Amino acid sequence: MYSKKVMDHFTNPRNMGEIKNPDGEGEVGNPVCGDLMKIYIKVESKDKQEMIKDIKFQTLGCGSAIATSSMVTELAKGKNLKEAQEISRDDVANELEGLPPAKMHCSNLATDALKKAIKDYYSKK
Amino acid sequence: MSKSSKKVYLDYAATTPVDKEVMEAMLPFFCINYGNASSLHSFGQKSKEVVESSRTVIAKGLNMENREIIFTSGATESNNLTIKGIFNALSRHPNFSTKKLHFITSKIEHPCILDSMKYLEKTFKDLVEVTYLDVDEEGLVDLKDLERVIQKNTVLVSIMFVNNEIGTTEPIKKIGQLIKTIKNQRFKSHNKYPLYFHSDATQAPSYYKLDTKDLNLDLITINAHKIYGPKGVGVLGVKKNTIIEETSHGGGHEFKKRSGTLNVPGIVGLGKAFELAEKQRKENVKKVRQLQDYFINKIKSQIKDVGLNGSTKHRTPNNINFSFEGTEGESVLLMLDQEGIAVSTGSACSSNSLEPSHVLLAIGKTHLQAHSSIRFTLGKFSTKKQLDYTVDKLKSIIEKLRKISKGVKF
Repeated sequence: MYSKKVMDHFTNPRNMGEIKNPDGEGEVGNPVCGDLMKIYIKVESKDKQEMIKDIKFQTLGCGSAIATSSMVTELAKGKNLKEAQEISRDDVANELEGLPPAKMHCSNLATDALKKAIKDYYSKK
Repeated sequence: MSKSSKKVYLDYAATTPVDKEVMEAMLPFFCINYGNASSLHSFGQKSKEVVESSRTVIAKGLNMENREIIFTSGATESNNLTIKGIFNALSRHPNFSTKKLHFITSKIEHPCILDSMKYLEKTFKDLVEVTYLDVDEEGLVDLKDLERVIQKNTVLVSIMFVNNEIGTTEPIKKIGQLIKTIKNQRFKSHNKYPLYFHSDATQAPSYYKLDTKDLNLDLITINAHKIYGPKGVGVLGVKKNTIIEETSHGGGHEFKKRSGTLNVPGIVGLGKAFELAEKQRKENVKKVRQLQDYFINKIKSQIKDVGLNGSTKHRTPNNINFSFEGTEGESVLLMLDQEGIAVSTGSACSSNSLEPSHVLLAIGKTHLQAHSSIRFTLGKFSTKKQLDYTVDKLKSIIEKLRKISKGVKF
């Protein structure tokens, strides 16, 4: 059902955990579909750009929810905030070598959580 | 995708391995005795003979007559035939065209019952109405609730014998007695509407005696592949004088109730599987019940924040259904699979819908609890060693997933 890459990120999730005192955090999901994600970011200003220095996630959800959370953190790490905000659910799915159609909502959540975390960072500034 | 060479199958409610004895009984009917059971020549007559022996075994086990046993392609077809066949026959019957036909079922039936009912409601809304009975927190249908909703135009009550997800065993005998009383009242009051009692007993034959006379059942569904027989063959037992019409038209097979060339090897396999189920029932119940108790206690003592779904008292011996707080069922399933352990989940994430198990929601579980449920179903080849291995792996998997979900709260 899942690609090798999805199974890899599900089994060995990257950047899993919590950042104490994050610069931004975003939580999305709903109990009906059973997926909930939280993303924490640490932002660093370098060469007049705001970069994602560190990023971590916590996820309650299915295999795809965990894999997409992991992939989003990997894609966003080291990017500037503008680039990170532009990561789409298709980008995540493509990087994971595809997701079953019914699972596309999970990857949507992962990018939403990241966008929310970035928004949170801006609102605190 | 399993990284483990170990294989532990704990999904017997999904399907069972074919018993070797069953397979051996079937083999001659593929390449040697391959005749069509409807043919008049010797090839056909040999096939007819073995089909009739299977019919006798099953009729005897269900305490029915041979001509009351209809071979089908499985439980889904048997259940569809029950609902649509009774509707087709009664809705066109001059005696029963004045009122809508009323059907009753429970909210925790298999989708093939629920969706057949919904199909009738949608397609023939002027001719039929359906009541879906609530169940209590253990998954039990309440007799008083049922009695309250039976009306003068109720023609079918369909309640499953054993729930496939949580293993709850419904009070079929008591329901049968109630139905019998109402039938007698109807007879006295000259109400000509028939009242049929059907049970989908797909999960039952390995553990429960299915005497349709004792249970007052008019129709009963059984299936081969849940009792160590082949996939693609089942039975609908239909008491004579039941007003039912075939839904699959053609050669008029199976006493004009189900057209289609008979699946001879499948029917032979079903007969053998049913015979073994009868013979091994006592021993199976004892063995599997002991394993069930052992497994439930071990999970409860080794893993924190778990909840057993269903009933402790009214439960089939082979079902164990737990919710593991802070995890999602599909994730648990996938990680167990990597250890070679096969289970099932009530989470929607294993299917194409977003809604989790309708059964768990019907017994009052939250969406979150329903999403975190895992069904383990045992069988006659299950061992204590397999369960020890499973709990061992399960414990670390739940810990790992709780670490990933730590901090997120609904």
